[in-house]
Amino acid sequence: MKTYRYPKIPAGEITPKPLFLARRKFMQTAGGAALAALLPPPLWAAGGFGELKKSEFGAGEELTPLKSVTGYNNFYEFGTGKDDPAARAGSLKTRPWSIAVEGAVKKPKTFDIDQILTMAPLEERIYRLRCVEAWSMVIPWIGFPLAELVKRAEPTGNAKYVEFVSLHDPQQMPGQKSPVLEWPYREGLRIDEAMHPLTLLTVGLYGDVLPPQNGAPVRIVVPWKYGFKSAKSIVAIRFLEQQPTTSWMLAGPQEYGFYANVNPEVDHPRWSQAKERRIGEFLKRKTLMFNGYAEQVAPLYAGMDLARYF
Amino acid sequence: MPKPSLNAKALAWIKAATFLLALLPLAKLGVNAYLDDLGANPIEKITHVTGYWTLTMLTITLAATPLRRLSGWNWPIRLRRMLGLFAFGYGCLHLSTYLVLDQFFDWDAIVEDIVKRPYITVGFAAFVSMIPLAITSTDNMLRRLGGKNWLRLHRLAYLCAVGGVVHYWWLVKKDLSNPIAFASVLAVLLGARIAYRLGGAIIRRPATTRST
Repeated sequence: MKTYRYPKIPAGEITPKPLFLARRKFMQTAGGAALAALLPPPLWAAGGFGELKKSEFGAGEELTPLKSVTGYNNFYEFGTGKDDPAARAGSLKTRPWSIAVEGAVKKPKTFDIDQILTMAPLEERIYRLRCVEAWSMVIPWIGFPLAELVKRAEPTGNAKYVEFVSLHDPQQMPGQKSPVLEWPYREGLRIDEAMHPLTLLTVGLYGDVLPPQNGAPVRIVVPWKYGFKSAKSIVAIRFLEQQPTTSWMLAGPQEYGFYANVNPEVDHPRWSQAKERRIGEFLKRKTLMFNGYAEQVAPLYAGMDLARYF
Repeated sequence: MPKPSLNAKALAWIKAATFLLALLPLAKLGVNAYLDDLGANPIEKITHVTGYWTLTMLTITLAATPLRRLSGWNWPIRLRRMLGLFAFGYGCLHLSTYLVLDQFFDWDAIVEDIVKRPYITVGFAAFVSMIPLAITSTDNMLRRLGGKNWLRLHRLAYLCAVGGVVHYWWLVKKDLSNPIAFASVLAVLLGARIAYRLGGAIIRRPATTRST
Protein backbone atom coordinates (compact mmCIF):
# COMPACT_ATOMS: atom_id res chain seq x y z
CA MET A 1 0.00 0.00 0.00
CA LYS A 2 1.28 3.37 -0.95
CA THR A 3 1.81 5.70 1.98
CA TYR A 4 0.00 9.00 1.80
CA ARG A 5 2.21 12.02 1.11
CA TYR A 6 0.83 15.34 2.07
CA PRO A 7 1.26 18.10 -0.51
CA LYS A 8 4.42 20.05 0.25
CA ILE A 9 4.17 23.84 0.01
CA PRO A 10 7.17 25.49 -1.65
CA ALA A 11 9.10 27.64 0.80
CA GLY A 12 8.65 30.69 -1.41
CA GLU A 13 4.89 30.55 -0.98
CA ILE A 14 4.97 30.72 2.81
CA THR A 15 4.50 34.21 4.21
CA PRO A 16 7.01 34.90 6.98
CA LYS A 17 5.34 35.31 10.36
CA PRO A 18 6.34 38.95 10.99
CA LEU A 19 4.94 39.84 7.59
CA PHE A 20 1.57 38.19 8.05
CA LEU A 21 1.29 39.67 11.54
CA ALA A 22 2.04 43.08 10.06
CA ARG A 23 -0.62 42.54 7.37
CA ARG A 24 -3.11 41.47 9.96
CA LYS A 25 -2.35 44.53 12.06
CA PHE A 26 -2.72 46.73 8.99
CA MET A 27 -6.08 45.21 8.12
CA GLN A 28 -7.25 45.63 11.71
CA THR A 29 -6.10 49.23 11.85
CA ALA A 30 -7.44 50.06 8.42
CA GLY A 31 -10.66 48.20 9.12
CA GLY A 32 -10.93 49.93 12.47
CA ALA A 33 -10.31 53.32 10.89
CA ALA A 34 -12.88 52.64 8.17
CA LEU A 35 -15.36 51.56 10.79
CA ALA A 36 -14.61 54.57 12.94
CA ALA A 37 -15.34 56.83 9.98
CA LEU A 38 -18.70 55.16 9.46
CA LEU A 39 -19.85 54.90 13.06
CA PRO A 40 -20.88 57.75 15.35
CA PRO A 41 -18.23 58.71 17.93
CA PRO A 42 -19.69 57.04 21.04
CA LEU A 43 -19.15 53.58 19.62
CA TRP A 44 -15.55 54.03 18.74
CA ALA A 45 -14.93 55.88 21.95
CA ALA A 46 -16.05 52.84 23.87
CA GLY A 47 -13.32 50.77 22.27
CA GLY A 48 -10.28 52.95 22.92
CA PHE A 49 -8.88 56.15 21.53
CA GLY A 50 -6.23 55.03 19.07
CA GLU A 51 -3.42 57.49 18.41
CA LEU A 52 -3.18 60.35 20.85
CA LYS A 53 -1.02 63.38 21.33
CA LYS A 54 1.77 62.20 23.63
CA SER A 55 2.51 63.83 26.91
CA GLU A 56 5.47 66.02 27.65
CA PHE A 57 4.94 65.14 31.32
CA GLY A 58 6.13 62.06 33.10
CA ALA A 59 8.97 61.06 30.81
CA GLY A 60 11.23 58.73 32.74
CA GLU A 61 8.61 57.84 35.31
CA GLU A 62 7.66 54.20 35.44
CA LEU A 63 3.93 53.71 34.96
CA THR A 64 1.94 52.02 37.72
CA PRO A 65 0.57 48.73 36.35
CA LEU A 66 -2.98 48.95 34.98
CA LYS A 67 -4.06 46.26 37.44
CA SER A 68 -3.14 48.49 40.39
CA VAL A 69 -4.59 51.63 38.78
CA THR A 70 -7.95 49.92 38.31
CA GLY A 71 -7.89 47.64 41.37
CA TYR A 72 -6.79 49.93 44.21
CA ASN A 73 -9.10 52.90 44.42
CA ASN A 74 -10.65 55.33 46.85
CA PHE A 75 -14.15 55.91 45.47
CA TYR A 76 -16.45 55.89 48.50
CA GLU A 77 -19.54 55.90 46.27
CA PHE A 78 -18.81 52.20 45.86
CA GLY A 79 -17.57 51.44 49.38
CA THR A 80 -14.72 52.44 51.64
CA GLY A 81 -12.45 49.45 50.91
CA LYS A 82 -9.72 49.88 48.32
CA ASP A 83 -11.01 46.92 46.30
CA ASP A 84 -14.71 47.84 46.62
CA PRO A 85 -14.79 50.11 43.54
CA ALA A 86 -13.35 47.45 41.22
CA ALA A 87 -15.80 44.90 42.61
CA ARG A 88 -18.91 47.07 42.72
CA ALA A 89 -18.63 49.85 40.12
CA GLY A 90 -19.94 47.64 37.31
CA SER A 91 -23.43 48.92 38.12
CA LEU A 92 -22.51 52.43 36.96
CA LYS A 93 -24.29 53.38 33.72
CA THR A 94 -22.10 55.82 31.82
CA ARG A 95 -24.49 56.31 28.89
CA PRO A 96 -26.52 58.45 28.55
CA TRP A 97 -24.53 60.99 30.58
CA SER A 98 -24.60 64.74 30.66
CA ILE A 99 -22.78 67.50 32.47
CA ALA A 100 -24.54 70.71 33.42
CA VAL A 101 -22.26 73.73 33.21
CA GLU A 102 -24.01 76.45 35.19
CA GLY A 103 -23.77 79.32 37.66
CA ALA A 104 -21.87 82.52 37.03
CA VAL A 105 -21.40 81.96 33.29
CA LYS A 106 -22.66 83.74 30.21
CA LYS A 107 -23.38 80.51 28.39
CA PRO A 108 -24.82 77.90 30.73
CA LYS A 109 -25.22 74.64 28.87
CA THR A 110 -25.74 70.96 29.45
CA PHE A 111 -23.22 68.95 27.48
CA ASP A 112 -23.75 65.38 26.44
CA ILE A 113 -20.78 63.13 27.14
CA ASP A 114 -20.26 62.69 23.39
CA GLN A 115 -19.98 66.45 22.98
CA ILE A 116 -17.35 66.44 25.72
CA LEU A 117 -15.40 63.67 24.00
CA THR A 118 -15.15 65.66 20.78
CA MET A 119 -14.79 69.13 22.29
CA ALA A 120 -11.00 69.33 22.01
CA PRO A 121 -8.15 67.11 20.81
CA LEU A 122 -7.55 64.32 23.30
CA GLU A 123 -4.04 63.85 24.60
CA GLU A 124 -2.21 61.50 26.88
CA ARG A 125 -0.83 63.03 30.07
CA ILE A 126 1.34 60.97 32.38
CA TYR A 127 0.81 62.36 35.86
CA ARG A 128 1.84 61.41 39.35
CA LEU A 129 -1.16 60.82 41.63
CA ARG A 130 -0.50 61.40 45.33
CA CYS A 131 -3.16 60.21 47.76
CA VAL A 132 -3.57 61.98 51.11
CA GLU A 133 -2.97 58.52 52.66
CA ALA A 134 0.70 58.74 51.60
CA TRP A 135 0.72 56.40 48.63
CA SER A 136 1.19 57.36 45.00
CA MET A 137 0.92 56.13 41.42
CA VAL A 138 1.92 57.23 37.93
CA ILE A 139 -1.01 57.12 35.51
CA PRO A 140 -1.30 57.82 31.78
CA TRP A 141 -4.55 59.77 31.65
CA ILE A 142 -6.41 60.81 28.51
CA GLY A 143 -8.26 64.08 28.26
CA PHE A 144 -7.86 67.76 27.50
CA PRO A 145 -7.33 70.84 29.63
CA LEU A 146 -10.43 71.75 31.64
CA ALA A 147 -9.78 75.33 30.47
CA GLU A 148 -11.20 74.36 27.07
CA LEU A 149 -14.60 73.74 28.62
CA VAL A 150 -14.39 76.72 30.97
CA LYS A 151 -13.70 79.05 28.02
CA ARG A 152 -16.78 77.77 26.19
CA ALA A 153 -18.98 78.56 29.21
CA GLU A 154 -17.63 82.14 29.38
CA PRO A 155 -17.52 82.73 33.14
CA THR A 156 -18.64 86.17 34.29
CA GLY A 157 -16.30 88.48 36.19
CA ASN A 158 -17.95 87.29 39.41
CA ALA A 159 -16.96 83.66 38.96
CA LYS A 160 -14.14 83.05 41.45
CA TYR A 161 -14.56 79.34 42.13
CA VAL A 162 -15.57 76.19 40.31
CA GLU A 163 -17.51 73.40 42.01
CA PHE A 164 -17.62 69.83 40.72
CA VAL A 165 -20.61 67.69 41.59
CA SER A 166 -20.43 63.91 41.21
CA LEU A 167 -23.35 61.62 40.43
CA HIS A 168 -25.74 60.91 43.30
CA ASP A 169 -27.66 57.71 42.68
CA PRO A 170 -27.57 55.08 45.44
CA GLN A 171 -29.07 52.55 43.02
CA GLN A 172 -25.95 52.70 40.88
CA MET A 173 -23.58 53.72 43.63
CA PRO A 174 -24.27 51.39 46.56
CA GLY A 175 -21.75 53.12 48.84
CA GLN A 176 -24.07 56.14 48.91
CA LYS A 177 -26.56 54.15 50.99
CA SER A 178 -24.19 54.81 53.88
CA PRO A 179 -23.81 58.41 55.10
CA VAL A 180 -20.03 58.10 55.28
CA LEU A 181 -19.70 61.38 53.32
CA GLU A 182 -22.23 64.04 52.36
CA TRP A 183 -23.64 63.04 49.00
CA PRO A 184 -23.36 64.05 46.29
CA TYR A 185 -19.58 64.23 46.44
CA ARG A 186 -18.55 67.83 45.92
CA GLU A 187 -15.13 69.23 45.19
CA GLY A 188 -13.90 72.61 44.12
CA LEU A 189 -11.07 74.69 42.72
CA ARG A 190 -10.26 78.35 42.53
CA ILE A 191 -10.97 79.49 38.98
CA ASP A 192 -7.29 80.10 38.19
CA GLU A 193 -6.54 76.55 39.36
CA ALA A 194 -9.32 75.25 37.13
CA MET A 195 -7.93 77.20 34.18
CA HIS A 196 -4.36 75.99 34.74
CA PRO A 197 -3.08 73.98 31.76
CA LEU A 198 -2.22 71.02 34.03
CA THR A 199 -5.83 70.59 35.17
CA LEU A 200 -7.17 67.84 32.97
CA LEU A 201 -10.76 67.03 32.09
CA THR A 202 -10.22 63.30 31.90
CA VAL A 203 -12.10 60.67 29.92
CA GLY A 204 -9.63 57.79 29.76
CA LEU A 205 -6.51 56.08 31.01
CA TYR A 206 -4.00 53.66 29.52
CA GLY A 207 -5.31 54.31 26.00
CA ASP A 208 -8.89 53.35 26.80
CA VAL A 209 -12.05 54.89 28.22
CA LEU A 210 -12.13 55.41 31.99
CA PRO A 211 -13.13 52.27 33.87
CA PRO A 212 -16.12 52.90 36.18
CA GLN A 213 -13.94 52.53 39.29
CA ASN A 214 -11.70 55.36 38.10
CA GLY A 215 -14.53 57.87 37.72
CA ALA A 216 -16.16 57.10 34.37
CA PRO A 217 -17.22 58.61 32.12
CA VAL A 218 -15.63 61.94 32.98
CA ARG A 219 -13.59 63.27 35.88
CA ILE A 220 -10.98 65.88 36.54
CA VAL A 221 -7.35 65.28 37.43
CA VAL A 222 -5.45 67.94 39.36
CA PRO A 223 -1.99 66.41 39.68
CA TRP A 224 -0.48 68.81 42.24
CA LYS A 225 -3.26 68.21 44.78
CA TYR A 226 -4.14 65.16 46.88
CA GLY A 227 -6.21 62.63 44.96
CA PHE A 228 -9.53 63.40 46.63
CA LYS A 229 -9.56 66.84 44.93
CA SER A 230 -9.90 65.14 41.54
CA ALA A 231 -13.67 64.61 41.45
CA LYS A 232 -14.98 61.55 39.63
CA SER A 233 -18.13 60.80 37.59
CA ILE A 234 -18.99 64.48 37.30
CA VAL A 235 -22.56 65.58 36.46
CA ALA A 236 -22.32 69.31 37.13
CA ILE A 237 -19.70 72.04 36.98
CA ARG A 238 -20.80 75.21 38.78
CA PHE A 239 -19.18 78.61 38.70
CA LEU A 240 -19.47 80.38 42.04
CA GLU A 241 -18.64 83.68 43.64
CA GLN A 242 -17.88 82.15 47.05
CA GLN A 243 -15.57 79.32 47.96
CA PRO A 244 -17.66 76.13 48.05
CA THR A 245 -17.53 73.72 50.99
CA THR A 246 -16.42 70.31 49.77
CA SER A 247 -17.59 66.91 51.03
CA TRP A 248 -14.23 66.24 52.70
CA MET A 249 -14.17 69.67 54.34
CA LEU A 250 -17.53 68.81 55.88
CA ALA A 251 -16.25 65.39 56.95
CA GLY A 252 -13.17 66.71 58.74
CA PRO A 253 -12.53 70.46 58.64
CA GLN A 254 -9.27 70.11 60.62
CA GLU A 255 -7.96 67.40 58.34
CA TYR A 256 -9.07 68.37 54.84
CA GLY A 257 -8.79 71.93 53.66
CA PHE A 258 -10.06 73.52 50.47
CA TYR A 259 -6.65 73.67 48.79
CA ALA A 260 -5.24 70.21 49.62
CA ASN A 261 -2.03 70.91 47.74
CA VAL A 262 0.53 68.12 48.05
CA ASN A 263 2.94 69.51 50.63
CA PRO A 264 5.60 67.49 52.49
CA GLU A 265 5.97 70.33 55.01
CA VAL A 266 2.37 70.33 56.21
CA ASP A 267 1.43 67.06 57.90
CA HIS A 268 -2.04 65.64 57.97
CA PRO A 269 -3.01 65.87 61.69
CA ARG A 270 -2.83 62.09 61.99
CA TRP A 271 0.05 61.16 59.70
CA SER A 272 3.16 62.59 58.12
CA GLN A 273 3.12 63.76 54.51
CA ALA A 274 6.91 63.92 54.21
CA LYS A 275 7.15 60.59 52.41
CA GLU A 276 5.01 58.38 50.25
CA ARG A 277 4.98 54.81 49.03
CA ARG A 278 4.85 54.53 45.26
CA ILE A 279 2.57 51.56 44.57
CA GLY A 280 4.81 48.66 43.56
CA GLU A 281 7.86 49.95 45.42
CA PHE A 282 9.21 48.84 48.78
CA LEU A 283 11.06 51.85 50.15
CA LYS A 284 9.18 55.08 50.65
CA ARG A 285 10.25 58.05 48.60
CA LYS A 286 10.31 61.71 49.57
CA THR A 287 7.15 63.61 48.69
CA LEU A 288 7.82 66.57 46.43
CA MET A 289 6.33 70.03 46.90
CA PHE A 290 3.16 70.32 44.80
CA ASN A 291 3.76 66.66 43.90
CA GLY A 292 6.71 67.71 41.74
CA TYR A 293 4.76 70.33 39.77
CA ALA A 294 6.05 73.34 41.74
CA GLU A 295 7.63 74.88 38.66
CA GLN A 296 4.25 75.01 36.96
CA VAL A 297 1.90 75.84 39.85
CA ALA A 298 3.83 77.52 42.69
CA PRO A 299 3.04 81.02 41.28
CA LEU A 300 -0.68 80.33 41.88
CA TYR A 301 0.00 80.45 45.62
CA ALA A 302 2.60 83.21 45.82
CA GLY A 303 2.43 84.95 49.20
CA MET A 304 -0.04 82.47 50.69
CA ASP A 305 0.55 80.78 54.05
CA LEU A 306 0.24 77.17 52.90
CA ALA A 307 0.10 75.84 56.47
CA ARG A 308 -3.03 77.93 57.00
CA TYR A 309 -4.54 77.35 53.57
CA PHE A 310 -3.87 73.60 53.60
CA MET B 1 -22.88 25.89 88.99
CA PRO B 2 -19.75 24.93 87.02
CA LYS B 3 -20.14 21.52 85.47
CA PRO B 4 -17.44 18.93 86.10
CA SER B 5 -14.45 19.79 83.89
CA LEU B 6 -13.74 17.91 80.67
CA ASN B 7 -11.37 15.02 80.79
CA ALA B 8 -7.75 15.70 79.88
CA LYS B 9 -8.04 14.07 76.47
CA ALA B 10 -10.99 16.19 75.32
CA LEU B 11 -9.25 19.32 76.57
CA ALA B 12 -6.11 18.43 74.63
CA TRP B 13 -8.19 18.10 71.47
CA ILE B 14 -9.89 21.44 71.97
CA LYS B 15 -6.52 23.05 72.62
CA ALA B 16 -4.98 21.59 69.48
CA ALA B 17 -7.96 22.64 67.35
CA THR B 18 -7.88 26.17 68.77
CA PHE B 19 -4.15 26.38 68.16
CA LEU B 20 -4.58 25.46 64.49
CA LEU B 21 -7.55 27.78 64.04
CA ALA B 22 -5.61 30.66 65.53
CA LEU B 23 -2.79 30.01 63.06
CA LEU B 24 -5.16 30.06 60.10
CA PRO B 25 -5.09 33.84 59.46
CA LEU B 26 -1.29 33.76 59.46
CA ALA B 27 -1.26 30.79 57.10
CA LYS B 28 -3.66 32.55 54.74
CA LEU B 29 -1.49 35.66 54.80
CA GLY B 30 1.56 33.52 54.03
CA VAL B 31 -0.16 31.78 51.12
CA ASN B 32 -1.39 35.08 49.69
CA ALA B 33 2.08 36.58 50.02
CA TYR B 34 3.58 33.56 48.25
CA LEU B 35 1.03 33.82 45.44
CA ASP B 36 1.64 37.58 45.20
CA ASP B 37 -2.03 38.05 45.92
CA LEU B 38 -1.92 40.80 48.53
CA GLY B 39 -3.22 43.52 46.23
CA ALA B 40 -1.59 46.70 44.98
CA ASN B 41 -0.27 47.72 48.40
CA PRO B 42 0.94 44.52 50.11
CA ILE B 43 2.57 46.27 53.08
CA GLU B 44 -0.67 48.05 53.94
CA LYS B 45 -2.53 44.74 53.59
CA ILE B 46 -0.15 42.89 55.95
CA THR B 47 -0.37 45.76 58.45
CA HIS B 48 -4.16 45.69 58.39
CA VAL B 49 -4.50 41.90 58.59
CA THR B 50 -2.05 41.49 61.50
CA GLY B 51 -3.61 44.43 63.34
CA TYR B 52 -7.10 43.06 62.82
CA TRP B 53 -6.15 39.66 64.22
CA THR B 54 -4.30 41.12 67.21
CA LEU B 55 -7.50 42.84 68.21
CA THR B 56 -9.66 39.83 67.36
CA MET B 57 -7.49 37.49 69.45
CA LEU B 58 -7.53 39.94 72.36
CA THR B 59 -11.32 40.11 72.14
CA ILE B 60 -11.69 36.32 72.01
CA THR B 61 -9.34 36.02 75.01
CA LEU B 62 -11.52 38.40 76.97
CA ALA B 63 -14.60 36.38 76.02
CA ALA B 64 -13.37 33.32 77.96
CA THR B 65 -14.46 34.48 81.41
CA PRO B 66 -17.99 35.61 80.45
CA LEU B 67 -18.39 32.41 78.41
CA ARG B 68 -17.61 30.32 81.48
CA ARG B 69 -20.09 32.29 83.57
CA LEU B 70 -22.75 31.93 80.92
CA SER B 71 -22.24 28.27 80.04
CA GLY B 72 -20.81 26.81 83.20
CA TRP B 73 -18.05 25.20 81.11
CA ASN B 74 -14.59 25.45 82.51
CA TRP B 75 -12.56 24.75 79.40
CA PRO B 76 -12.67 28.31 77.93
CA ILE B 77 -10.47 29.39 80.85
CA ARG B 78 -7.96 26.68 79.97
CA LEU B 79 -7.58 28.21 76.50
CA ARG B 80 -7.25 31.77 77.71
CA ARG B 81 -3.47 31.92 78.08
CA MET B 82 -2.83 30.42 74.65
CA LEU B 83 -5.26 32.84 73.02
CA GLY B 84 -3.64 35.74 74.82
CA LEU B 85 -0.24 34.63 73.55
CA PHE B 86 -1.64 34.49 70.03
CA ALA B 87 -2.84 38.07 70.46
CA PHE B 88 0.70 38.97 71.52
CA GLY B 89 2.11 37.04 68.55
CA TYR B 90 -0.07 38.84 66.02
CA GLY B 91 0.77 42.10 67.82
CA CYS B 92 4.49 41.37 67.36
CA LEU B 93 3.92 40.74 63.65
CA HIS B 94 1.87 43.94 63.39
CA LEU B 95 4.57 46.03 65.06
CA SER B 96 7.40 44.44 63.06
CA THR B 97 5.48 45.03 59.84
CA TYR B 98 5.37 48.69 60.76
CA LEU B 99 9.03 48.87 61.86
CA VAL B 100 10.55 46.78 59.09
CA LEU B 101 8.29 46.76 56.03
CA ASP B 102 6.56 50.10 56.41
CA GLN B 103 9.24 52.36 57.88
CA PHE B 104 12.28 50.18 57.14
CA PHE B 105 14.07 51.14 60.38
CA ASP B 106 13.69 54.87 59.77
CA TRP B 107 14.02 55.51 63.52
CA ASP B 108 13.54 59.26 63.26
CA ALA B 109 10.22 58.79 61.50
CA ILE B 110 9.24 56.00 63.93
CA VAL B 111 9.96 58.07 67.05
CA GLU B 112 8.17 61.05 65.51
CA ASP B 113 5.16 58.85 64.78
CA ILE B 114 5.03 57.47 68.33
CA VAL B 115 5.33 60.93 69.87
CA LYS B 116 3.24 62.98 67.46
CA ARG B 117 0.49 60.71 66.12
CA PRO B 118 -1.99 59.85 68.88
CA TYR B 119 -3.21 56.68 67.20
CA ILE B 120 0.34 55.34 67.06
CA THR B 121 1.07 56.48 70.63
CA VAL B 122 -1.95 54.54 71.90
CA GLY B 123 -1.27 51.50 69.73
CA PHE B 124 2.34 51.37 70.82
CA ALA B 125 1.37 51.70 74.50
CA ALA B 126 -1.15 48.89 74.09
CA PHE B 127 1.55 46.68 72.59
CA VAL B 128 4.07 47.51 75.31
CA SER B 129 1.54 46.65 78.00
CA MET B 130 1.14 43.20 76.45
CA ILE B 131 4.84 42.44 77.05
CA PRO B 132 4.66 41.85 80.83
CA LEU B 133 1.62 39.66 80.27
CA ALA B 134 3.46 37.53 77.75
CA ILE B 135 6.55 37.28 79.98
CA THR B 136 4.52 36.19 83.00
CA SER B 137 2.41 33.71 81.07
CA THR B 138 4.36 30.64 82.18
CA ASP B 139 3.33 28.37 85.06
CA ASN B 140 6.62 29.14 86.71
CA MET B 141 5.98 32.89 86.67
CA LEU B 142 2.45 32.36 87.92
CA ARG B 143 3.84 30.47 90.90
CA ARG B 144 6.53 33.05 91.57
CA LEU B 145 4.07 35.95 91.47
CA GLY B 146 1.34 34.17 93.36
CA GLY B 147 -2.16 33.72 91.96
CA LYS B 148 -3.54 36.94 93.37
CA ASN B 149 -0.76 39.20 92.07
CA TRP B 150 -0.74 37.38 88.77
CA LEU B 151 -4.46 37.96 88.27
CA ARG B 152 -4.10 41.59 89.24
CA LEU B 153 -1.28 42.11 86.72
CA HIS B 154 -3.20 40.36 84.00
CA ARG B 155 -6.08 42.80 84.30
CA LEU B 156 -3.79 44.90 82.09
CA ALA B 157 -5.37 42.91 79.27
CA TYR B 158 -8.47 45.10 79.58
CA LEU B 159 -6.33 48.17 79.00
CA CYS B 160 -4.58 46.55 76.02
CA ALA B 161 -7.90 45.82 74.36
CA VAL B 162 -9.26 49.31 74.99
CA GLY B 163 -6.00 50.77 73.66
CA GLY B 164 -6.23 48.57 70.58
CA VAL B 165 -9.77 49.72 69.81
CA VAL B 166 -8.85 53.38 70.33
CA HIS B 167 -5.84 52.89 68.04
CA TYR B 168 -8.12 51.47 65.33
CA TRP B 169 -10.78 54.14 65.87
CA TRP B 170 -8.32 57.02 65.54
CA LEU B 171 -6.52 55.75 62.46
CA VAL B 172 -9.60 55.21 60.31
CA LYS B 173 -10.18 57.99 57.81
CA LYS B 174 -13.95 58.00 57.74
CA ASP B 175 -15.68 54.62 57.83
CA LEU B 176 -15.88 53.73 61.53
CA SER B 177 -18.03 50.62 61.18
CA ASN B 178 -15.24 48.15 62.05
CA PRO B 179 -13.89 50.04 65.08
CA ILE B 180 -17.48 50.48 66.29
CA ALA B 181 -18.05 46.72 66.00
CA PHE B 182 -14.93 45.97 68.06
CA ALA B 183 -15.84 48.66 70.61
CA SER B 184 -19.35 47.21 71.01
CA VAL B 185 -18.14 43.66 71.58
CA LEU B 186 -15.51 44.89 74.02
CA ALA B 187 -18.11 46.97 75.86
CA VAL B 188 -20.28 43.87 76.29
CA LEU B 189 -17.34 41.76 77.49
CA LEU B 190 -16.12 44.33 79.99
CA GLY B 191 -19.68 45.27 80.95
CA ALA B 192 -20.40 41.62 81.74
CA ARG B 193 -17.54 41.61 84.24
CA ILE B 194 -18.90 44.68 85.97
CA ALA B 195 -22.40 43.19 85.98
CA TYR B 196 -21.15 39.91 87.44
CA ARG B 197 -19.19 41.74 90.08
CA LEU B 198 -22.15 43.88 91.14
CA GLY B 199 -24.71 41.11 90.66
CA GLY B 200 -22.45 38.57 92.29
CA ALA B 201 -22.07 40.78 95.34
CA ILE B 202 -25.82 41.13 95.71
CA ILE B 203 -26.50 37.43 95.24
CA ARG B 204 -23.61 36.24 97.36
CA ARG B 205 -24.42 38.31 100.41
CA PRO B 206 -27.73 36.69 101.40
CA ALA B 207 -26.24 33.28 100.61
CA THR B 208 -23.38 33.81 103.06
CA THR B 209 -25.69 35.13 105.80
CA ARG B 210 -27.85 32.06 105.40
CA SER B 211 -24.94 29.68 105.78
CA THR B 212 -23.72 31.24 109.04
